[in-house]
Amino acid sequence: MRVADRIADKLNRRFAPAEVRVIDDSQRHHGHAGWREGGETHFKVEIVSSVFAGQSRVARQRLVYQALTEELAGPVHALELKTLTPEEAAGAKA
Amino acid sequence: MSENPVFERIKNDISENDVVLYMKGTPIFPQCGFSAAVVGVLTHLGVKFKGINILEDAALRQGIKEFSSWPTIPQLYVKGEFIGGCDIVREMYQSGELQQMLGQKGIQTKAA
Repeated sequence: MRVADRIADKLNRRFAPAEVRVIDDSQRHHGHAGWREGGETHFKVEIVSSVFAGQSRVARQRLVYQALTEELAGPVHALELKTLTPEEAAGAKA
Repeated sequence: MSENPVFERIKNDISENDVVLYMKGTPIFPQCGFSAAVVGVLTHLGVKFKGINILEDAALRQGIKEFSSWPTIPQLYVKGEFIGGCDIVREMYQSGELQQMLGQKGIQTKAA
């Protein structure tokens, strides 16, 4: 399974998200530290879940990091996160 | 109870300096885009901060992640409190919360 799919799979199971987007951003970091041939090192994740309601930004990201402990210890060098509740996501679109 | 000896150093750094950024590289020569982004925000706001290059110290590089329960670098501390990494600093800056929080903690910024 590709790393991006594995990340999406874990996030789906942990957060039952209303929306989740996992973008392999490795090409944009070509040649940077942690980059390797074949990509799958730098990711951007946008996730909308009611699990985040009432949680601080730090707490939300910690939850995501915890769900992805294995990936962060392994192939994933960088993970950009956007964590929103469904209400915040609706507000952002309005 | 054998606490990681690096924790003592971290506690000293974040209590002796109002604003501390654990980063890859130095404020003048950041070695990672995410570290550079946070340096950019702090510099733009005219905030004086101490940059600590974790690439120069393997024990610190691991220790700071355990200390903060946060697996990535950069990490920003203000008055001893962990604020977050690059995404959080960027979001807080864009919404104005960062400026507000710095003001509340008595950190001097350039008039925006």
